[in-house]
Amino acid sequence: MTILDINALANAKAKGKRPYFFDDPAVERVLSITMAVAGELAVTRERLDTIERLLEAGTPVTKANINAFKPDDDAARARQAWHAEYISRILRIVHQELESLQSEGDVNPEALADEISAA
Amino acid sequence: MTDAPVSTTATATPTPVEVALPPPYSALHRHPMLPVATHDETARMNFLINLVSHVGKDIAPAMPAVYAKRVEPAFKKSRGRDFANTSEVREAMRAEPAYQSWAALRRGAQEMRHQAGRAMVFRQLEEIDAAARRFNDGAPTLKLNPQVQVPKYVSVDNHLSPGGYEREVLAGDIAAGACYEAGHFVTAGGGTGGKSDWPGRTIAHFVKRQFPDFKPKRILDLGAGGGFNALPIAELYPDAEVIAVDVAAPMLRYGHARAKAFGVNNITFLQADGETLDLALGSLDWVQTTMVWHETALGPFRNMLKKIRTLLRPGGLSLNFEQPNFDPDTPMVEKFLRDWDAWYNNEPFWAKLHTLNFRDEMIAAGFTPAQVFEEWAPQVRSAGAYPAWVQTVNRHDAEHAMANARKSTKAVRAKSGMYLFGAWN
Repeated sequence: MTILDINALANAKAKGKRPYFFDDPAVERVLSITMAVAGELAVTRERLDTIERLLEAGTPVTKANINAFKPDDDAARARQAWHAEYISRILRIVHQELESLQSEGDVNPEALADEISAA
Repeated sequence: MTDAPVSTTATATPTPVEVALPPPYSALHRHPMLPVATHDETARMNFLINLVSHVGKDIAPAMPAVYAKRVEPAFKKSRGRDFANTSEVREAMRAEPAYQSWAALRRGAQEMRHQAGRAMVFRQLEEIDAAARRFNDGAPTLKLNPQVQVPKYVSVDNHLSPGGYEREVLAGDIAAGACYEAGHFVTAGGGTGGKSDWPGRTIAHFVKRQFPDFKPKRILDLGAGGGFNALPIAELYPDAEVIAVDVAAPMLRYGHARAKAFGVNNITFLQADGETLDLALGSLDWVQTTMVWHETALGPFRNMLKKIRTLLRPGGLSLNFEQPNFDPDTPMVEKFLRDWDAWYNNEPFWAKLHTLNFRDEMIAAGFTPAQVFEEWAPQVRSAGAYPAWVQTVNRHDAEHAMANARKSTKAVRAKSGMYLFGAWN
């Protein structure tokens, strides 16, 4: 049997110089790590959902039963809806920037504080 | 102040907005060569397909506004002129925080799906290789040729796939094919169906419907990869011999075994380079290419169009599914978005291809103007592939929506669906 270094193979980089889109590449480094961690939390959350559903059904919570679990249609939909909601939540700052395009006359909060506090 | 009549119906609860949800990874059709996903690998793919969908449907559609409200006015003010090309747009967009976020997430999601798919494939590569060998060993319908050189345009790790279509990890493996099918489902947001075959299915049904008297006996699918789109053609034309040609052996091994597992026996998988393909002149009834040309290069693209014409019998059909060229009134921001993958997703010929004119290219390849046609085919999906609540979101949908909005205002180009160009020889 051949022993493959699966982690190294999986992490291999595609050809070509990697582009960085943020002014400081460090921002992109942190975003990439953050999104990877976010993905792993989503994996854990889906596993927890499976455990909850096994418990509700009175099925013994074993690794075998977790790995064999196949969500029915309602469960599959609820799980996808959770991923969609979760991603919306963690990317909120991106959407704030997009929304600000529609409201460029937004008041500076410091100026507003000064204005309404003026005698 | 008068009391308003109380109504129990006038203030109906607003209809909740339906959130578009992509298919779960488990909707990818299972067969013996598809890597088996554990519970957590499935969950990881579910996260990624939702991330790709979110970036595609909730962030990408804002990029035209970023351009129109900020980037274009600033450029005009500082330079006193319009953008001359998409490269100038690219440089100007890079300064915009909203664009930086979208681009970094899009690139990052693509890298993540490769990582997740590859980890899943490599941990079980020996098993899926063994499954493929049961279909492939000694089969006369798999014709590999180790002498075939992989052209430079193929060996660029297209769509950021490490090792591309051709690199083997274990001698004679199918890793590239398995990685492609698992990852493509995520990148496409499920948009090519549970069997990754909706383009081929659309094409096959288009030909059958439009040309009912056309009875092809010998069909070539050039750049067939894993045969995903050759399969529905072979199924709809069971009396035809389909030849699926590609330069990449791992894709052909995967495709051949997969076709056999699906019970499709009228496809021969042949390793060859389209530029030097050694088939009898005038021997083919139909030559198909499906999303191939943007992964070639200018010279080889033109040479292969000429080659296709010489391989077709008189009255034979050349049909090509590809993204349409830019036209004179394609807005600069749509061009920029459509060129993005050329710079940042390792599909380097795509930007140039957009600027060509497929009709002119076909005529230059030897077809007469009267033989050449362009068409739009409505997408044909396989019924029941997904639960009814699924709405697929392709990463290119934002660009397509812009193009479709423009087309809907012009009667002459009001057809919707997948763009095809071709010629009757």
